[in-house]
Amino acid sequence: MTHSTTAEPLNYLNHKTGLWSWLSSTDHKRIGLLYLYSITIFFCAAAVLGLLMRIEKIAPGQTIMSAQTYNGMFTIHGIIMVFIVVIPGLAAVFGNIMLPIMIGAKDVAFPKLNLFSWYVYISGAFLGLYSQFANGHSPDTGWTFYVPYSAEASSNVVIALTAAFVLGFASILTGLNFIVTIHRMRAPGMTWFRMPLFPWSLYATAWIQILATPIIGITLLMVIAERTFHIGFFDPALGGDPVLYQHLFWIYSHPAVYVMILPAMGVVTEIFPTFSQKPVFGYVPIVFSSMAIALVGYFVWGHHMFTSGISYESRWFFSFLTFLVAIPSAIKVFNWLSTMYGGSVDLKPPLLFAISFIFLFTIGGFTGLTLGSLATNIQLHNTDFVVAHFHYIIFGGMGFAFFAGIHYWFPKIYGRMYNFRWANISWGFLFAGFNLLYFPLFVIGIQGMPRRYFDYDPKFQTGEVISTIGAFILFIGLIGMISNLVYHSKRGAIAPANPWHGVTLEWQIPSPPPHENFDEVPVITREPYVFDHPHTN
Amino acid sequence: METLFNQGSNLAGAVDRAFIFIFAISFLFTIGITVLMIYILIHFSRKKNKHPMQFSHNTKLEVAWTIIPLIIVLVMFYYGWAGFAPMRKVPADAMQIKVIGRMWAWEFDYGNGKTSKELVVPFNKNVKLNLYSADVNHSLFIPAFRVKEDVIPGYNNYLWFRPIMKGNFDIYCSEYCGLNHSGMLAKAIVVDSLDFKKWLADLKVTGNGPEHPGLALIKANACTTCHSMDGSRIIGPSFKGLFGRKSTVVTDTGEKEIVANEEYIKRSILEPNAEIVKGYMKGLMQSYKDKISAEDLDKIVDYFKTTVETK
Repeated sequence: MTHSTTAEPLNYLNHKTGLWSWLSSTDHKRIGLLYLYSITIFFCAAAVLGLLMRIEKIAPGQTIMSAQTYNGMFTIHGIIMVFIVVIPGLAAVFGNIMLPIMIGAKDVAFPKLNLFSWYVYISGAFLGLYSQFANGHSPDTGWTFYVPYSAEASSNVVIALTAAFVLGFASILTGLNFIVTIHRMRAPGMTWFRMPLFPWSLYATAWIQILATPIIGITLLMVIAERTFHIGFFDPALGGDPVLYQHLFWIYSHPAVYVMILPAMGVVTEIFPTFSQKPVFGYVPIVFSSMAIALVGYFVWGHHMFTSGISYESRWFFSFLTFLVAIPSAIKVFNWLSTMYGGSVDLKPPLLFAISFIFLFTIGGFTGLTLGSLATNIQLHNTDFVVAHFHYIIFGGMGFAFFAGIHYWFPKIYGRMYNFRWANISWGFLFAGFNLLYFPLFVIGIQGMPRRYFDYDPKFQTGEVISTIGAFILFIGLIGMISNLVYHSKRGAIAPANPWHGVTLEWQIPSPPPHENFDEVPVITREPYVFDHPHTN
Repeated sequence: METLFNQGSNLAGAVDRAFIFIFAISFLFTIGITVLMIYILIHFSRKKNKHPMQFSHNTKLEVAWTIIPLIIVLVMFYYGWAGFAPMRKVPADAMQIKVIGRMWAWEFDYGNGKTSKELVVPFNKNVKLNLYSADVNHSLFIPAFRVKEDVIPGYNNYLWFRPIMKGNFDIYCSEYCGLNHSGMLAKAIVVDSLDFKKWLADLKVTGNGPEHPGLALIKANACTTCHSMDGSRIIGPSFKGLFGRKSTVVTDTGEKEIVANEEYIKRSILEPNAEIVKGYMKGLMQSYKDKISAEDLDKIVDYFKTTVETK
């Protein structure tokens, strides 16, 4: 403890020091940062794999790696990005750091369970890494682990599946913790409809996590049992049904997309009112659209299987429901625009990332409709169009919302400010690079370029080359953004408690927050987004 | 010959109508949203607007932007359905071709032992492809025809089309199937009816005339799902060169050398787990005692004998 030698007041970052004080902390903010650092490291690793794959595809045939290496690489890129980075992602980082503060609580409901979840998460993450190196042969099934191939491919598949299973538990425990926290820990006077919208989005997300994740857990155990004990669930050679696996896999993995995107929507919903100094437009519809997405999202998994031979009736029924789930997302986009409309809009880095989120999410959403439509799906299924679509949703949506969130809450988390110019320039590279990287994949996907192709017809090369150039530009942006944030987290100018003039609770306490957030328990008397004295300088 | 957006089959037109409708709407909305966003950023910028309005509801507007998108997506759904429905209604007169997908090649079986590595079809005739997998999941994708259907072991999936353009069109495998997935390619070759008849008549019979009844039994019992015919290792030992082959087998009492003769083959079908060829797994194959009669066993053994003689 060094506060006698420094003028800095005590906060959650400096009230205890040393590595062990972090690894044993039950403080939700410190756990959030543990997630932030581990997720960032894994994200960078998987992003490098992505860049290597893009370099490989700059020309047809073998460029820098063998087909076996390429197949292993897209598998581990997917496993890390989906299970280790994006599914925990926003909820584990900003949910942990901000949820208790935004609802006026001192911590989550079960702080020790929260720390335990991180340990479960990190064990699963390392198991995932281990599956790459054990026996010198990485799994090459794709992150979807489709049987029968995954039942026959190299034995490390079992380790990778166990990793995904363990990571699922971390997700369930975090979801459970958040649901109880939101039900039981809201500050006095904070009724359900006085709760800010980021906590609302976490609430919808948490229900998906605890209801859907067990299904993937059981499914992965079934594949392990099939591989180890030759029990025929899925492999037709053992009397199983390969399509049953696809059902079970997508019953979880489609709702999991909403685990990724709902908190992202929650983050930008916090940013638009602050930078417009204007209340959120349509608070109640946003709440219900989140819950509607969480609910209807369970019933659209079949749209991943339109070509798998499922019945004609189920194909059109799943297509129909897929179109319905688009409506709540559309409503949110209109609400965000209307929140800014008429406001006093300040285009600071968080808002810059948030509006790019709208743009990229809109493209991701519309291409999602193209995939949800039966006739067009038949052409596009398993082509690079799908790859482009879900990168627009997950990277352009969830990723850019994450970038928006870190630029928004950074001064609160570290008590320091990053360099705006540096942030804006990095954004330029990220945004341009992102679109150059993924948009060409829509085009070659329509032309028929299948995904997960190591080698390809030279007629697709123009698109592939543009895409690879985009990947390099994107990388410059990533390096610029991360170095700006890392550097200024220690050396940035001291940030005021409320630099953006936000009105939600996290902006009413010092930066960085004290160990237990609030000296006095706040009492809530009104809606979350009321700007009595809009700040317009 | 092939350009990028050929409408090579009768189904392509309706699929492309769905594409055009959805893309047009998407384009309009994306442009509209982007223009509105830029307008807001400029017109309501903090420099220009020092007095942010504080409204947060407008029921009419909210109802409108719920109902209008709902109608639009229902129309999109309709276009998608209209392009898709004919794909599942196979005309009764369609010519049937059996497609076998295996790691990593396509085989097109025209019946009577005639198989081809390329899919040759007559111009303007209905063709139904019956899709079978010899190993893992594959997916038959002909972009120019706008058709795709997964090829899944144990499933009898199908697709159909009527080619309306002559030429060569790419066939891809679009379901990841391991190491050489991107090399699992073929061509769909559309030719005149007369040329097709000539081609089919000239097509070499890969077996000895009509299919050997033993081979038919092997296929009917899906033996080839686990035992390859071409020497490649799947789950069990390959059938290629089986008859007379010497192997080391593992029994309950230890290892021993065997020769795959008539007795051994029959024993392996009736009591598959008694003697397992070294290096393969026990317990994967069930006994066919109640499924294959004694006469049929003889036919299967007879087939294996013929494969040795033709070598």
